[in-house]
Amino acid sequence: MSTGRQPALPVIAARGVSKTFRIPEQKVHTLKERALHPRRRVGHQVFQVLHDISFGVGSGEFFGIAGRNGCGKSTLLKCIAGIYQCEGDIWCRGRLSTLIELGVGFNMELAARDNVVMNGIMMGLSPREARRRYDSVIDFAELTGFQELKLKNYSSGMLVRLAFSVAIQVDADILLIDEVLAVGDAAFQQKCFDVFHTLRDRGKTIVLVSHDMSALQRFCHRAMLLERGSIVHLGDPQDVAERYLELNFGRDPEALSAEGEDGGDGDAQVMEVWVEDEEGTRSRSVPQGQRISLRVLVRFMVDVEDPQAEVQIHNEDQKAVLVASTWVQHEHSGRFGPGERVLFSFSFDNVLAPGRYSPVVNLAHRGSGLDVMDRYERRFSFLVRANLPMGGIVDLPTDVAIERVEPGVEQELSA
Amino acid sequence: MSAVDGIPFEALGRPIRGPQALTSDWNRFWHLTFNIARITWKLRFFGSVLGYVWQLMRPLLLFGVLYIFFTKIGHVASEKGSKPGQPEHFYGAQLLGSIVLFTFFSEATGGAVASVVSQEAIVRKIQFPRMVIPLSIVLGAMFNLGLNLIVVLIFAIASGVRPMLTWLELPVIIVVLAVFATGLAMLLSSLFVYFRDMAPIWEVVLQIIFYASPVVVPLPAIQAKLSPLLVKIYMLNPLASTFEEFRHAMVNNPAAGVATLLGPVWILGMLLIVALVFSLGFVVFNRTAPYVAENL
Repeated sequence: MSTGRQPALPVIAARGVSKTFRIPEQKVHTLKERALHPRRRVGHQVFQVLHDISFGVGSGEFFGIAGRNGCGKSTLLKCIAGIYQCEGDIWCRGRLSTLIELGVGFNMELAARDNVVMNGIMMGLSPREARRRYDSVIDFAELTGFQELKLKNYSSGMLVRLAFSVAIQVDADILLIDEVLAVGDAAFQQKCFDVFHTLRDRGKTIVLVSHDMSALQRFCHRAMLLERGSIVHLGDPQDVAERYLELNFGRDPEALSAEGEDGGDGDAQVMEVWVEDEEGTRSRSVPQGQRISLRVLVRFMVDVEDPQAEVQIHNEDQKAVLVASTWVQHEHSGRFGPGERVLFSFSFDNVLAPGRYSPVVNLAHRGSGLDVMDRYERRFSFLVRANLPMGGIVDLPTDVAIERVEPGVEQELSA
Repeated sequence: MSAVDGIPFEALGRPIRGPQALTSDWNRFWHLTFNIARITWKLRFFGSVLGYVWQLMRPLLLFGVLYIFFTKIGHVASEKGSKPGQPEHFYGAQLLGSIVLFTFFSEATGGAVASVVSQEAIVRKIQFPRMVIPLSIVLGAMFNLGLNLIVVLIFAIASGVRPMLTWLELPVIIVVLAVFATGLAMLLSSLFVYFRDMAPIWEVVLQIIFYASPVVVPLPAIQAKLSPLLVKIYMLNPLASTFEEFRHAMVNNPAAGVATLLGPVWILGMLLIVALVFSLGFVVFNRTAPYVAENL
């Protein structure tokens, strides 16, 4: 999936792209103010959003742009799309279509037809082409019975479906997509993913902006990580995802540990949490299917008897997928003195669905588990990778069988 | 690091230059302009039961009030006993014609003022030639003008004007007026991005223009008060010239022709003003277009 190829001639080439926004400190928005205070010079705050960005995207490549909020990834996309003026050079070969937002320019007072045609024209189709595609757009959006309805009477789900199906009907060679996946329910997202797969198989060049690392890893051949307007990493999506996690969770350990301290009485402290794969090597990215271990290193400050450690492994939706505690198997965990360091290990068969997980550790005194000594949260996360995301929360090993049922047996089964 | 070093620029395809006022893809430009105008128009008239009738009512009511006032009460003009060569010849048709032209002018320019800002949603999200926005407003006003002119001509014929060759001049006059209005539309829509009080200012200016142009008052009434030179300067106002020439061509009133009144030099001067306003609007719009998306 991640070939990391660097093709000879890019379809999108950017060299030294920079973008600064001048934000006036005081907005003078009327002629009156200008006339009344002609000499007042308005100070500008200059924000450099992009610094000297250079990269190339090859033909047929699925290219990801990742980064935290405000890192400039959407601005970069708008520069490529030609919506913002920027310094530096960008070249592009082929028809380019932008999906910055779904349903741009939809008019709520009109029925589906006018909106579909208008949107198609905006995306660069001729009116005839846009009209010809109308039926397939409606088909794909599953809105056959609702064509005469004004858009204002659509449910939001219908609206999103219509918008997405309009957007993908445009045959562009290059598609720029910005966080479109963030909207819609699970079924719709699945549909988006299916479409992405199809587009990728058809050899379209796609630039996807997202902070959904699992989506980037799933689709992208290569990815780029931006931080404060500069390229931090360019290459394999796997590495980009890991760097992204580091940036997100490892950037300010002091602040985070301070945050962690207020979770307990401090009789003991969680020093470190990490994940080991089958061979026992530490890793932030573990394959599905192995038996992996989550290890928690604890240091005790005072004498503590029978402490209990509980871990919850949270997925990206903040749902605890796995909860385990020393209490079940080791109710009497022992007595530990000040300065003593103890390693708690939780080993399990990794059936977690591909994605990002962050463990939460609760270290408590003996008893209900509410008498917390230390709480460890969100300071560390790890990735589970798999070749085939199935869509479940966990991928339990499943045996699938297919058998023909003879007519006689059928009756037996139903009886 | 750079992926493009060592590759000749020509091989990289077309450079992305950021948002522009115009485009090289004139087909798309036209389709966009036409369809935005069409949809806006459709929304305005098909939302209500009587649709088009309502948009016609405004100029017609204005016409009714002014007509009754000036012929029956003010006695500025009189339909009765008017002969060719007299200013009040077919005053009704002349008045209606001017009102319809002014309605076009006010719709095109007044509608354009806030147009770029109100289309923020697409300006910030889609790359397209920005000029499409003010042009679609002017085009939409043209649709209305076309329909209104049919009413004017029906009214003219009903009140006794016979179709004649000078009517062929009418489209030319409308083109001049449309160019002038387009220039202002471009200028105002880009100024509005920076000065949000342009809308009320322009509304007042439109009111002044309404009374400063020979819409209500026939030109002879002005001629009676001003010296010939001042009349000529007055007629440098493209609205005054086009309205007056429109009336002249419609009812073929030989006394009121702009050609006889001004002479070629002054007409050229008037056309020069139209060209200047258009160029100014074009240049300003062109300059601001690349940055509009950031300044909304």
